[in-house]
Amino acid sequence: MADDILIIGAGQAAAQAVQSLRAEGFDGAIRIFGDEPYAPYQRPPLSKKFLAGEIGFDRVELKAQDFYASSGVETHWGTRVTEIERREKRILTGDGRSFDYGKLLIATGSRVRELNVPGFDLDGVHYLRNIDDVHSIQAHFRPGAKMVVVGGGYIGLEVAAVAVKRGLDVTVLETADRVMARVVDPIVSRFYERVHREEGVKIETGVTVASFEGEDKVTSVASGEGRRFPCDFVVVGIGIIPNTELAAEAGLHVENGIAVDELCRTSDPDICAAGDCTSHPNGIYGHRLRLESVHNAIEQGKTAAATLTGKEKPYNQVPWFWSDQYDLKLQIVGLSAGYTEAVVRGEPETGRSFAVFYLKDGVLVAVDAINRAPEFMMAKMLTAKQARLDPARIRDESIPVKELAG
Amino acid sequence: MAKITYIEHDGTEHTIEVANGITLMEAAVKASIPGIDGDCGGACACATCMVYVPEEWKAKLPEIETMEETMLDFCEHTEANSRLSCQLVASDKLDGMRVQMPESQH
Repeated sequence: MADDILIIGAGQAAAQAVQSLRAEGFDGAIRIFGDEPYAPYQRPPLSKKFLAGEIGFDRVELKAQDFYASSGVETHWGTRVTEIERREKRILTGDGRSFDYGKLLIATGSRVRELNVPGFDLDGVHYLRNIDDVHSIQAHFRPGAKMVVVGGGYIGLEVAAVAVKRGLDVTVLETADRVMARVVDPIVSRFYERVHREEGVKIETGVTVASFEGEDKVTSVASGEGRRFPCDFVVVGIGIIPNTELAAEAGLHVENGIAVDELCRTSDPDICAAGDCTSHPNGIYGHRLRLESVHNAIEQGKTAAATLTGKEKPYNQVPWFWSDQYDLKLQIVGLSAGYTEAVVRGEPETGRSFAVFYLKDGVLVAVDAINRAPEFMMAKMLTAKQARLDPARIRDESIPVKELAG
Repeated sequence: MAKITYIEHDGTEHTIEVANGITLMEAAVKASIPGIDGDCGGACACATCMVYVPEEWKAKLPEIETMEETMLDFCEHTEANSRLSCQLVASDKLDGMRVQMPESQH
């Protein structure tokens, strides 16, 4: 039908868009397509409480079971979209069907970056992105089992934290000279390395994986430096890649992610995109960003829904992220890339609570807050305002957080 | 199980049944009640699920923990009776509770 809205993808952005489309008063047909056999669910818990077995699928599912039916949404779970035909304004699915659209939302998310070294296809080499991945990993969880994690980023370290608590023998291999090198200052990296070691995880930095070894299942990981790490299984967490192929093949403009404007519009006026698969112009940072976060997915889902129904809700926010490891709640505001000074508030060498303020030529661009909710909340406001801060005041804990800006 | 009424800033009411053990944030998000975002999924990391709890129900709620308290301390619309609904777990004793939502969660 002429006004039907189709949504490709069934993650956080897609679920938000469905809810927001109805809230905006759209009462036409909505059809949603996801290649997994599940209704939209939250991914962050997959490497945290869900992996630990503390919560089940009912607690990660985003919407109540009857939500889609009661909202008049036609669901196509387990259905892969293979092509967007923009001239005909229709999409094709893997099972040979086609569906016409009036407007289209692409929310295809991202997929794991694979490590294509010899032995990559051995049994016991896992990634963590989906529900099914978690089940495969959990099958190895027994006390004493040797797990090697490839990649010292958020996913790898969260998995390590859960596994060591379950009594596994955990080794994390990281190519860079420190963990989380892509996103935090060395002060924060050293802190996380210390805590993981205190909890019993072996952290090996400067190690490049050359191959996975074993007959039919992996039994060791060999490094380019000539070291060998015996294991019962491996979890690889070396980043994600945006799913932009459908959009690119349809001739939409792609720039790191599917290029959208502040209203989530792609280069085709009838097509919006939202979430991990996009890159958007961010006014606060003054350049295009591709973000891998729930906050971005939710906010772009809302913005896209508004645009698709003829309204305007521009998206221009400071990104934020979080990571739970052990008793540490890491809350990150902003993006630290290009910072000129990292100012520490608290004692990262000893305790488990401090914050790092990233300044770029005196202006606050990001904060990493570890068990520091006040600093996190204050940083959200100050970063959006592009506040200029005095490093001496940040360091001085006798000055209350609320008075940091003077 | 607890029957909970969520009241939007404009007065619109939504009453749902929340199973014991589920947080008021989760139940509201799953039921798509407008005005509760719950961006972080209940990790007490975002403060986008604030509700106002009437005085008479206060004693039946779990004690406010430091993390929740400090998050609330920095929210724009915080009042003395504010709570983060991700920290409020439903039980029979909360049956009939009515909570109000702020003008905005951001």
